[in-house]
Amino acid sequence: MSVAAETLDAVQSVTESGYKWGFETNIEMDLAPKGLNEDIIRLISERKEEPSWMLDWRLKAYAAWLKMEEPEWARVDHPPIDYQDLHYYAAPKKKNGPKSLDEVDPELLKMYEKLGIPLKERAILAGVDPDEVEERQIAVDAVFDSVSVATTFQETLKKSGVIFCPISEAVRNHPDLVKQYIGSVVPIGDNYFAALNSAVFTDGSFVYIPKGVRCPMELSTYFRINARNTGQFERTLIIAEAGAHVSYLEGCTAPQRDENQLHAAVVELVAMDDASIKYSTVQNWYPGDADGKGGIYNFVTKRGACRGARSKISWTQVETGSAITWKYPSCVLLGEDSVGEFYSVAVTTNHQQADTGTKMIHIGKGSRSTVVSKGISAGRSNNTYRGLVRMAKTADNARNFTQCDSLLIGAACGAHTVPYIESRNPTAKVEHEATTSKIAEDQLFYCRQRGLSEEDAVNLIVNGFCKDVLKELPMEFAVEAQKLLAVSLEGSVG
Amino acid sequence: MLNIRGLAASIDDKPILKGIDLIVPPGEVHAVMGPNGAGKSTLGYVLAGREDYVVTAGSAVFNGTELLGMDPEARAAAGVFLAFQAPIELPGVNNANFLRTALNAIRRSRGEGELDAVQFLKLARAETKRLAMPDDMLKRNVNVGFSGGEKKRNEVLQMALLRPKLAILDETDSGLDIDALKIVADGVNALRGPDFSALVITHHQRLLDHLVPNRVHVLSAGRIVRSGGPELARELEKSGYAGIVAEAA
Repeated sequence: MSVAAETLDAVQSVTESGYKWGFETNIEMDLAPKGLNEDIIRLISERKEEPSWMLDWRLKAYAAWLKMEEPEWARVDHPPIDYQDLHYYAAPKKKNGPKSLDEVDPELLKMYEKLGIPLKERAILAGVDPDEVEERQIAVDAVFDSVSVATTFQETLKKSGVIFCPISEAVRNHPDLVKQYIGSVVPIGDNYFAALNSAVFTDGSFVYIPKGVRCPMELSTYFRINARNTGQFERTLIIAEAGAHVSYLEGCTAPQRDENQLHAAVVELVAMDDASIKYSTVQNWYPGDADGKGGIYNFVTKRGACRGARSKISWTQVETGSAITWKYPSCVLLGEDSVGEFYSVAVTTNHQQADTGTKMIHIGKGSRSTVVSKGISAGRSNNTYRGLVRMAKTADNARNFTQCDSLLIGAACGAHTVPYIESRNPTAKVEHEATTSKIAEDQLFYCRQRGLSEEDAVNLIVNGFCKDVLKELPMEFAVEAQKLLAVSLEGSVG
Repeated sequence: MLNIRGLAASIDDKPILKGIDLIVPPGEVHAVMGPNGAGKSTLGYVLAGREDYVVTAGSAVFNGTELLGMDPEARAAAGVFLAFQAPIELPGVNNANFLRTALNAIRRSRGEGELDAVQFLKLARAETKRLAMPDDMLKRNVNVGFSGGEKKRNEVLQMALLRPKLAILDETDSGLDIDALKIVADGVNALRGPDFSALVITHHQRLLDHLVPNRVHVLSAGRIVRSGGPELARELEKSGYAGIVAEAA
């Protein structure tokens, strides 16, 4: 069986019905006491063996956070979060820390299997000779809760000068790079959740692509939230120097549980002259049960800075999970003729709430951006697209095209589109198109008359609706995303 | 064979079919004609299982199986095919992918193996060629941006691939030029055989020149008011429905 077919089967077998991934693995946790204060931040910094500048940066962020208020403008509704009732640090206990993949806890590998992480990636995780892995290679930096426990393909990457490692390691081994770029795209006081993340982030990925290098493989991180009541605060920083190219994949699942979980990640991307960064996400965290109980609160700040001329940053996301999604992957288009893209599918069912979109900030002359957003609402869910396109005075001949489509399944859900357009340059062009449609009875009947089951018909129509976004995803992700859409919308019609 | 007895159906509590009796023996093609609003399309929808229509009385047995009450997809699996008067657009859904998904669903229900993409394309290309359809019709999205004639041909293509045992063609000829008309007729004629029956709903004699029916039925105000041989269609073409309808009333 080819790897692709096996991957498909693996994905299929775990996505047959409902949310199958409601289990926790039994790896002993190393847990900090509940609550947030300077001592906890010092503990995190100490556990990470961080230099003092990093601790100072965290404390500054904490001080900023204390003065801020949780934002209330999004169309989401949740009981107040008790920030003192969370653990801010959890690490799998390690004796000496796995130095190689052979030392990776078999429990973890078993977990990847249960999660249906594509076999190709698992094989790599399990330490298969890279030459045995056909086609495009994928390196996985697995984030298990807050500590990265496995980092792969370091050798191949090292040869081309690429740095791909846990950010905690980068803080120790590449302090100058981290110091230069961290917080340069998302400053510590940017928003409430970014400030919180800056104070308490525990791990995440660090990627540095040197000048002129095309990263030899797609980089991939699988996140997994695994500890009860542990806020997950990932921090990712990707830097592409002049002429560098990289494609980064992020995918995640979470175990089923009753308590709501807070997740507040920060992702910063920096692209210099002629560099390109493609960042793809498939997000499938636990959305809560059919009555809306449980589920992840996902408050994420993702932003890319196109600093160089002709640089390009492209966000593609398929969001099916989480009880609440608050997420606006953005591009700051500073460079002349720089390009920003945002392709998004957001699915909400049951009682899920999503308020997501993008910001395209045009500053450079001739900068261009494309936004394609597909929102699908079913059940009693609410799905909001919120997007900002800003043309600064300097953005001569800048262009934006936004296409924003909503698909409604059933009568109890909601779709909302909130576009903000600000143009301070008369030569800049902004186009916005929006549609809202329902899966029509006659479409379903047409498909069923041809022999398709109702669910297959819905899948076909939904996948058709999302095609413009799904085709932007790398192959493996596209397959996974299609299955996810199918699972998410199961039983939503009729 | 199809055996319809006392079939009555309504939509939004408004009765449309008021007691249809109709037998289509295996191997026969029957034409259903009649004035607008007579219930011709409703008959097709009810046989195919469209849910907005409520069957209030009667039965429709096809090859020993009662169709009424079955899911539309189960009827499709039993061999019922409805060529839509206004084929539905499915944005973003590739026509070849749609056809293959449908064909494999039908094949599965018949206990036949599924076709992979290569096998399917070979089959589909042969059919498009036979139907004088451009190859790119397989690549385009289902009925999106198709001309009226292309949509109808796409229905005939689906019928040819799915090989139904009972085809119901709802005004598939309307709006077609003479060449396209021949293609539709050829599509049905190619399937003709002892295991194939068809109900052809049409307004025009000219389709029936190419697709000679065994019987012609006139439907008016939800009832079949007259049945006859192919000559009945020619008579209608000449003198219209008014006489027959008045006679029946």
